[in-house]
Amino acid sequence: MISDLFTTTVLIGILASGIRLSTPYLFAAIGETFGQKSGVLNLGVEGQMLLGAFASFYVALTTGNLWLGLLTAMFVGALMGLAMAYVTVNLHAEQGISGIGFYLFGLGMSDLLFQKLMGTVETVKGFPEIYIPGLSDIPGIGKIFFSQNILVYLAYLLVPLAWFVLNKTTLGLKIRSVGENPDAADSLGVNVARIRYFTIILGGTLSGVAGASMSIALLNVFQQNMTSGLGFIAVALVYFGAWSPIGVLGGALLFSFINSLQLWMQVLSIPIPSDIAVMMPYVVTILVLVATVSKVRAPSALSKPFERGD
Amino acid sequence: MKKFTWFVTLVLAFALVLSACGTAATQAPAAKFRVAVVMPSSTTDLAFGQSMYDALVKVQKEMGADKFEFVYSEGMFVVDDAAAAIRDYATQGFDLIIAHGSQYGSSLQEIAPDFPKTSFAWGTTVDTFGQPNIFAYEALSQEGGYVNGVLAATLSKSGVIGVVGPIETGDAKLYIDGFAAGVAATNPDVKVNVNYIGSFSDVALASEAATTHISAGADVLTGSAQMVVGAIGKAEEAKALWFGTQSNQASLAPSIVVASQVYHWEVMLKEMIALIQKGTLGGQSFTANLANGGQVIEFNSGYSLPADAQALADKTIKGIIDGSIKITLP
Amino acid sequence: MRQKLDTLFDALLPVIATLAALAVGAVMLLFLKVNPIVAYAALWDGAFGNSNAFAETLVKATPLLLVGLGICISFRGDVINIGGEGQMIIGAVLATWVGLNFTGLPGWLTITLSMFAGFVGGAIWGGIPGVLKAYFRVNEILSTVMMNAIAVQLMNFLLRGPMIDPAQAELASQIPQTARLEEIFRLPRLAPTRLHLGALIAVILAVLVYILLWRTTLGYRIRAVGQNPHASRYAGIKVQRYMVLALLLSGAFAGLAGATQVFGVNYRMITDGSSSGFTGSAGFNGIVAALFGGLHPLLTIPASILFGALLVGANKMQRVVQVPSALITALNGLVVVFVVSSEIIRKRRQRKREAVAKRENDTPPPPAGVGDTKIQQAEAGS
Repeated sequence: MISDLFTTTVLIGILASGIRLSTPYLFAAIGETFGQKSGVLNLGVEGQMLLGAFASFYVALTTGNLWLGLLTAMFVGALMGLAMAYVTVNLHAEQGISGIGFYLFGLGMSDLLFQKLMGTVETVKGFPEIYIPGLSDIPGIGKIFFSQNILVYLAYLLVPLAWFVLNKTTLGLKIRSVGENPDAADSLGVNVARIRYFTIILGGTLSGVAGASMSIALLNVFQQNMTSGLGFIAVALVYFGAWSPIGVLGGALLFSFINSLQLWMQVLSIPIPSDIAVMMPYVVTILVLVATVSKVRAPSALSKPFERGD
Repeated sequence: MKKFTWFVTLVLAFALVLSACGTAATQAPAAKFRVAVVMPSSTTDLAFGQSMYDALVKVQKEMGADKFEFVYSEGMFVVDDAAAAIRDYATQGFDLIIAHGSQYGSSLQEIAPDFPKTSFAWGTTVDTFGQPNIFAYEALSQEGGYVNGVLAATLSKSGVIGVVGPIETGDAKLYIDGFAAGVAATNPDVKVNVNYIGSFSDVALASEAATTHISAGADVLTGSAQMVVGAIGKAEEAKALWFGTQSNQASLAPSIVVASQVYHWEVMLKEMIALIQKGTLGGQSFTANLANGGQVIEFNSGYSLPADAQALADKTIKGIIDGSIKITLP
Repeated sequence: MRQKLDTLFDALLPVIATLAALAVGAVMLLFLKVNPIVAYAALWDGAFGNSNAFAETLVKATPLLLVGLGICISFRGDVINIGGEGQMIIGAVLATWVGLNFTGLPGWLTITLSMFAGFVGGAIWGGIPGVLKAYFRVNEILSTVMMNAIAVQLMNFLLRGPMIDPAQAELASQIPQTARLEEIFRLPRLAPTRLHLGALIAVILAVLVYILLWRTTLGYRIRAVGQNPHASRYAGIKVQRYMVLALLLSGAFAGLAGATQVFGVNYRMITDGSSSGFTGSAGFNGIVAALFGGLHPLLTIPASILFGALLVGANKMQRVVQVPSALITALNGLVVVFVVSSEIIRKRRQRKREAVAKRENDTPPPPAGVGDTKIQQAEAGS
């Protein structure tokens, strides 16, 4: 039975579905990476995702325009980010707790709007899978990498882009300095508040896209609490990836591959209780981190509000 | 900071002014039959919760809004919150309080003796705890599952069928076990792959489970609970057939949904209400099944089912009703 | 006099912030065509309207307080424990197992053993992330999030398998629940309501945690490590050990919260497949309660009651004006955001008072701020 796992169909299946599953994690976790690099811990990702998922779904459903839906999700996510930024930067509120507050708000609000505006579950025609002539026909690889929808590709493009911005641009330098030593950054003329506003709003925007990638690209449906804890996993993946977009990618892929592996194990009737199978991705993620003891430190000013010492 | 204070004052003032224009809560006259229902999911979940809500709406339509009124507490997935709600409704003198979740049993067992003049109903179960004021109700989901399974085995060309479930218990397990029994009885060579995803809400994983089934060769799928909405879309993309349960899911994918097993709790609700009005407050257990119409296989008119398959389905339903078909669960 | 007023205002600040959030909620209610005054009257009535309502509030506040006490310890030690949900579950599982199997003993002894088992279960589930953090550098936010998910699946597995109610095992539906605790093994009730001994235990523990944190060496060290791990290391404190202890103790209190929920409220464990179905999200809400109480064990008592009242009252409000439960969730979110944001008012007032005092006394102030901020050399993080 276990040997059934090593057929090409299964391996291609695991890889292709792992890449799909990782998409929302990538958007959300890279957004969170920017925030944490600048010293802001946002636990409200899940709430932002849910509002983004609903907003894009509702707009796509009523206007039939997927791109408009995506834009709305970005806007709603940005708005949630703006609120989070005001609360944590201007009012110096405890970041973790305000994040939980925004999570609850997003969870409730998306469900409330869903019940009042739609009333029942509906479907939309989401972003289609893109067929790339030639590439999509390569056996195996074509199915894994070259027959996904546009948001999956965007998520993967985002990884090198985020890495570049964080490590090779002045903006990235400013973000990192604000997260490491805001006092020093401030004395060098970096506007700490402005940088943090930027990263938190960017994080919210990307969380909104993460939600949209579920509701109008991968699943094409909205259901209350449809993210089901995914946003919290995304935050955890930032730690897994040690604040590097490449590391986040590794974590998202590991988690998603193991998750699709356990789905296949159940389908192939490998005798293991379903609950234990579902546990696997969580256990493996921890074990991998234990095995590869990380030397990377968290940004020093993470979750600490900045106050000018005057 | 002044700005903040101003903002708060403004909002408060605004709220007070507007609230004066709000509508006052209306008090119900005593002649009405008043029902309160407490449920773990929401009234719009296109599954277990909605099936009860829809049933109550139907009863209200039949009896008239002046004779029948109902209120609900949804999202009561926390058992002790539900217990508080049930006790509160009992204190308010409702005629019938429905605890629509198998996890509420212990709470009812404790509360019901304190309110001997109030009738309670607990589902889905068969246990009334020997209480004279508790009705029990359950759905024989394995029956509808069996019918769906028979049809699925007949329609599958690849010989592989995929099932997406939440957690291996309760109503979902009954349905899925019945479904597998139906398949096995029709064509033992057809393989049924079952995938429990460990959650009632993870739409993404349900969807990926469906894709996994399709990659493994399944051309017919089914699944139970509210997160399967993610799976139906994947079945549609792959042009695989879908069998629904708990609610009619044809609206989600009109071209591929063959049939849905739907609960019609109103059948048993009406019996219950009649009993209560005659003075019997509980002690009986009700079953929603194919025979009494509490459970109905709703065929999707958008899907053209071959005549022989339709005939087989009708024969199976008849067989279950007259007892000639016995469903054995593992 | 002036000083007393100031303290009073500070203490009431979370209440004022809550009212402000409810005012925003009033606008949402109006959109739903619900009269906010009727709605909020119901909320008040549900939380404090009569002795039974107040008892319900206290019942709700009990797990919040217990989890919150653990949070006071871990956050003071600068470890962020968001694994309360999983710790509650494992604590409850272990306690329930003891309660169902050690039936030959006198009731009080089994209860005591069960509570202890809950404490131990939570300690294990909190201790693992502690060890992972201290010795393997696995961030505790990551590990506690993952451990929550693992605990849920473990609970589902146990409740539908090894620990299932024997009566359910025979039925086709197999509701995933344990057997019911016999009456002598339940936490005694304090009044003819659902208020149980667990509430009293929680309050006593609040005092003990206060003593632990401010009157013992252990507490001093946990706080020292939290404030400045580097200085603590130079001072000879085994930093890693206290990190583990902070998370372990934090988990233990959450585990106890889980145990009291079973032995004081539900009398059996039952799962709907999610963690919140059992915990009522107390593992998360307890963090909020502790923060509302300024991470002070004694102030966490009124903070838990405030938050418990809100949760209980909101359910009543849903019943009376028939609003979707989603609105209640959103409203809770607003309250949390408003209360954490209001902290700044207290801080600013305090600073102003200090400035005034400074001007009046005209003595040089102590060198503030230098010792307790962690200034480290910036290093590229990735």
